[in-house]
Amino acid sequence: MTDSKYFTTTKKGEIFELKAELNSDKKEKKKEAVKKVIASMTVGKDVSALFPDVVNCMQTDNLELKKLVYLYLMNYAKSQPDMAIMAVNTFVKDCEDPNPLIRALAVRTMGCIRVDKITEYLCEPLRKCLKDEDPYVRKTAAVCVAKLHDINAQLVEDQGFLDTLKDLISDSNPMVVANAVAALSEIAESHPNSNLLDLNPQTINKLLTALNECTEWGQIFILDCLANYTPRDDRESQSICERVTPRLSHANSAVVLSAVKVLMKFMEMLPKDLDYYGTLLKKLAPPLVTLLSAEPELQYVALRNINLIVQKRPEILKHEMKVFFVKYNDPIYVKLEKLDIMIRLASQANIAQVLAELKEYATEVDVDFVRKAVRAIGRCAIKVEQSAERCVSTLLDLIQTKVNYVVQEAIVVIKDIFRKYPNKYESVIATLCENLDSLDEPEARAAMIWIVGEYAERIDNADELLESFLEGFHDESTQVQLQLLTAIVKLFLKKPTETQELVQQVLSLATQDSDNPDLRDRGYIYWRLLSTDPVAAKEVVLAEKPLISEETDLIEPTLLDELICHIGTLASVYHKPPSAFVEGSRGVQHKRLPARAGSGESAESPEVGQSGTSEAPPAVIPSQGDLLGDLLNLDLAPATTTVPSVQPSMQMGAMDLLGGGLDSLLGGDIGGSPSMGAALGAPAAMPAALSNAPAVGGGLGDLFDLGGGVGMPTGFYVAPKTLFLPAMKAKGLEISGTFARRGGIIQMDLSLTNKAMSVMTDFAIQFNRNSFGLAPAGPLQVLTPLTPNQTIDVSLPLGTTGPVMKMEPLNNLQVAVKNNIDVFYFSCQYPLSLLFVEDGKMERQVFLATWKDIPNDNEAQFQIKDVHLNSDAASNKLQGSNIFTIAKRTVDAQDMLYQSIKLTNGIWVLAEMRVQTGNPNYTLSIKCRAPEVSQFVYQCYELVLKN
Amino acid sequence: MIGGLFIYNHKGEVLISRVYRDDIGRNAVDAFRVNVIHARQQVRSPVTNIARTSFFHVKRSNIWLAAVTKQNVNAAMVFEFLYKMCDVMTAYFGKISEENIKNNFVLIYELLDEILDFGYPQNSETGALKTFITQQGIKGQHQTKEEQSQITSQVTGQIGWRREGIKYRRNELFLDVLESVNLLMSPQGQVLSAHVSGRVVMKSYLSGMPECKFGMNDKIVIDKQGKGGTTDDAGKSGKQSIAIDDCTFHQCVRLSKFDSERSISFIPPDGEYELMRYRTTKDIILPFRVIPLVREVGRTKLEVKVVIKSNFKPSLLAQKIEVRIPTPLNTSGVQVICMKGKAKYKASENAIVWKIKRMAGMKESQISAEIELLPTNDKKKWARPPISMNFEVPFAPSGLKVRYLKVFESKLNYSDHDVIKWVRYIGRSGIYETRC
Repeated sequence: MTDSKYFTTTKKGEIFELKAELNSDKKEKKKEAVKKVIASMTVGKDVSALFPDVVNCMQTDNLELKKLVYLYLMNYAKSQPDMAIMAVNTFVKDCEDPNPLIRALAVRTMGCIRVDKITEYLCEPLRKCLKDEDPYVRKTAAVCVAKLHDINAQLVEDQGFLDTLKDLISDSNPMVVANAVAALSEIAESHPNSNLLDLNPQTINKLLTALNECTEWGQIFILDCLANYTPRDDRESQSICERVTPRLSHANSAVVLSAVKVLMKFMEMLPKDLDYYGTLLKKLAPPLVTLLSAEPELQYVALRNINLIVQKRPEILKHEMKVFFVKYNDPIYVKLEKLDIMIRLASQANIAQVLAELKEYATEVDVDFVRKAVRAIGRCAIKVEQSAERCVSTLLDLIQTKVNYVVQEAIVVIKDIFRKYPNKYESVIATLCENLDSLDEPEARAAMIWIVGEYAERIDNADELLESFLEGFHDESTQVQLQLLTAIVKLFLKKPTETQELVQQVLSLATQDSDNPDLRDRGYIYWRLLSTDPVAAKEVVLAEKPLISEETDLIEPTLLDELICHIGTLASVYHKPPSAFVEGSRGVQHKRLPARAGSGESAESPEVGQSGTSEAPPAVIPSQGDLLGDLLNLDLAPATTTVPSVQPSMQMGAMDLLGGGLDSLLGGDIGGSPSMGAALGAPAAMPAALSNAPAVGGGLGDLFDLGGGVGMPTGFYVAPKTLFLPAMKAKGLEISGTFARRGGIIQMDLSLTNKAMSVMTDFAIQFNRNSFGLAPAGPLQVLTPLTPNQTIDVSLPLGTTGPVMKMEPLNNLQVAVKNNIDVFYFSCQYPLSLLFVEDGKMERQVFLATWKDIPNDNEAQFQIKDVHLNSDAASNKLQGSNIFTIAKRTVDAQDMLYQSIKLTNGIWVLAEMRVQTGNPNYTLSIKCRAPEVSQFVYQCYELVLKN
Repeated sequence: MIGGLFIYNHKGEVLISRVYRDDIGRNAVDAFRVNVIHARQQVRSPVTNIARTSFFHVKRSNIWLAAVTKQNVNAAMVFEFLYKMCDVMTAYFGKISEENIKNNFVLIYELLDEILDFGYPQNSETGALKTFITQQGIKGQHQTKEEQSQITSQVTGQIGWRREGIKYRRNELFLDVLESVNLLMSPQGQVLSAHVSGRVVMKSYLSGMPECKFGMNDKIVIDKQGKGGTTDDAGKSGKQSIAIDDCTFHQCVRLSKFDSERSISFIPPDGEYELMRYRTTKDIILPFRVIPLVREVGRTKLEVKVVIKSNFKPSLLAQKIEVRIPTPLNTSGVQVICMKGKAKYKASENAIVWKIKRMAGMKESQISAEIELLPTNDKKKWARPPISMNFEVPFAPSGLKVRYLKVFESKLNYSDHDVIKWVRYIGRSGIYETRC
């Protein structure tokens, strides 16, 4: 007899026949019928009409039949809740059965019947089963609590099942412990703030004991749970690590990966100079390599995780390059992942081997793989300077193969190599130009156009080449159109005589015939630039480009840290936080790596932190600097292939550029922080404040200014005026000035002196784009003509809603002043305290959370020397400049002030200032999501405290 | 956790469908069929996300097993579970085929109910499962109370892989050291990468609950012992010991003991199981060396000469030797001459396959072939896949030696000496390739 026949019944009237058979007196016939029902259910037929008949078969001694009926019940109970009640009695009875297997079966199945009415009846049997004498029943009941919680969370809490479940963590049977841990972890996930999994050293000890004794699956549950624990100190962390490391030799890869997760996380807390730290690092490599001999699917999971581990701690696998060499028979998904890791591990020491391999791969069959291999060669060139020459010649060899996609990919990477090593490999341009016609992909076309534009002066027929692209301008993709526009403008600026017609053609194509706003805008900008000031145009368009960074495709550090906490899970496979693919409340909670032991507490910890930063991976590109400075090459974003789509703020930074969105400035990773909202709110609020205030504010400012700039009620420290523009440079106009913030209004106080022989009139002022969008909020009010040797003091109210561009240094401001004689330019630097807003006092709780939330790498430390103030006086003084002290703590004659500052663009800066009685030197730690500002904040502290 | 588990045939018809969580509906079954099984291109990833639902799949012959979830599950665990699931099914009814699955669908549902509860894997050791999930299915009533509690304590117990009360008239055990040696060699004979991945498979037919201790020539252990003994001893054994890069063990092995003392002690499952896996990369004996010579004569002819040299004791014999020499796609004809064995051009596989039944150590053999090519206008050059080799040798290329396997059973009256032990070494080729 074979059961496969059940799958082939397709007769009409089948349900009717089954009904008859189910009600048959013969046991065998009944069982046959139920099997048929299950088979139909499996293939997707609706057999819910048979519900009462199937349930009738439930009362049986035959365990196999019973299980089949249960299976049916689990599937259809929901559609027939009233009928399902009929089954309750049997369940309750079975929960009392002398056979533990039957008791467990009943409680297991009952939990799967997701009908509200039934769950009420479930409580009593479940309570009994949780305390059953048989461990098999208890371990099943533990999971059942999680099932019940999924149906009715409130009920579970009311019935006190959570406490019973917690008690099971101390059960004598390791499997019961493991299942209780799994159930509790799942329940805790939907209550992110509850202290359900109350992990303390005692429970951890119990878990570690059970870890040695339970099944492989139980070990995984326990390890995954352990990974959520944060040890109290480095010693506890080490002792847990010591007890987890034996798991690295388990045959089950999931056990190994979960153990790796625990170790990677707890390792964060170990001091780097500890011997054990080094030992642990060494122990991690072999098991990771062993994972690569598992089945291909597991290899894939392992490789995705290794990709993260290599980014977090490159030292672990730096000598293991060879194991990532691609095998001919690897599935394509394994090949692609291995390639990624090879590039990450490439270094000067192994580059020759890597290149030989990559060249080999570039001749394979799979198109995606070949492309990636070619791209990898380019990335090696950028990463390891010594290899650049060899990489370029390898790429040239590949171009000679004339395989279309290889050529295109090679051109894209050569463009990046040009940017990384300018004026070194341009001799290959001729070869590249030969392949112009074969390029049909936008990215390759854009790259080629960029090359032609960039090196127009060395390519004799650059105009012809570009013109050939222009013919089908409207059929090109936006990327190519934008690039073509820029390239032709570059060409025009380099060879103005022959190419005037061409540039006019492209400008009119871009501005008049295009529907694409980006293209039109860029066209207009160029047009205006070229028509008003060709010299400026040259400076802008042909400006020196910032160098591209070595590392590409790096995962943003905070995301990386979060993903490290998710090693082994889907999040680590997708390289996305769980919130990106899990619905509902689960997984919304962001996991974090623990802080290194005692950071912020002991004096030596900062050094540890500092040494950590030096090893930290370089900034992710596109870094803000590149993005902002690289306006003209926007579409050819530096060497990155993809900006992971999970970083919304990053992309916004790229898009908002021209719109001057304040949040794009320095806001690399504000996503999700409270300052995000503020950043968006600030620009709207500021102009309103300004429009009411300038007259009054300005006037007041002038008054106080006469008083010599000291003792202002707001206490804002105003530096004495400094010379901004010497008379020699400005045909007799001398400008000195300073900046002040008065009652929330930013002002630029200027003294204009006429040192020339003639009267000056028609003053006007303008700022260049700057880091914080400072711009005059009103005209420069010089009412009377400035007679020779006369000095006028004016106060110019400033707003922060102007266009934004990152400046170097950050607080640099370029100003143009015009009078009846000429336009003069000067640049000056403003104290950052100008931008500290009055509502910068953060809630304590928020402060605490934010402090933890900002990665330690962002922390900067400074010494403020020779301040002879006690902490209270200092705190008062700082408050005048909107540096707010939120809390003060005194430990061992040392005052620690916790301070917050908010900038006009919504960026929060958090600081911890340590003042030791009798020591004139203060220690200042600054943490900010935009670490660039730290240094300038420190300057403000210096200024304020010393004056 | 796992939300549902489906088994499909090659056409995408569902053979088994078990849903554990509410968030997985019937449409998930179809989504996988449409997006993965019926997809036009090759599978690009074993994990697929379709409409916020993640599908993990493995394929066994033409059967697809898919686990489905909407949560952030432990991905490694899901795959390990799917493999385990295949092992369990194989142990119950043999090969995983459509026919077998259909014939055993009731059993499979019963197994799934037992080994996956609410998506959490439970004890899945076949030894334990077979005590209470039987194909007869009605054992329940006939068990005594003692038997029942014995089952449950075994399923949940610390030694879930072995039941109490096993008795054999003859206590016997078989140890197989199975190694696969992997090599990637450049045309010039330079080793690009080489490693041995080995397995120690044990078949145990032992009574009671025997405590076993396994010893091999692990460098770390030998060196440690060497320190205690005479220096002469250490020098001698040092030569014979091998450096193990990494090893993993069956769950019966006490890992913490291995970690602290590097001793391998365990209570073995009954019957056949894999005790350990290991990997070595140092001082590997490469049983064969392949020396390729490919010469292009004009555009329509290739001359290939391949020499193989055996590199082990002359008294040993390698078996099942096969050398596979790839040929270009536009090959029109091949003429082969070989000194030993048989060689054939297989057009369907685009390769010349040269087979030698037996070959002793320290010997050499050669094949030469002339390959006629059709003229093509394909610009793409032939990729020249590597020459691969298969063989079997009666020794462990890693140099691993079993030093002892001691058996202690205190409750029953047999001692280590009474146990009959068999040890066998087999070295096979893994991916053994030489680029040409």
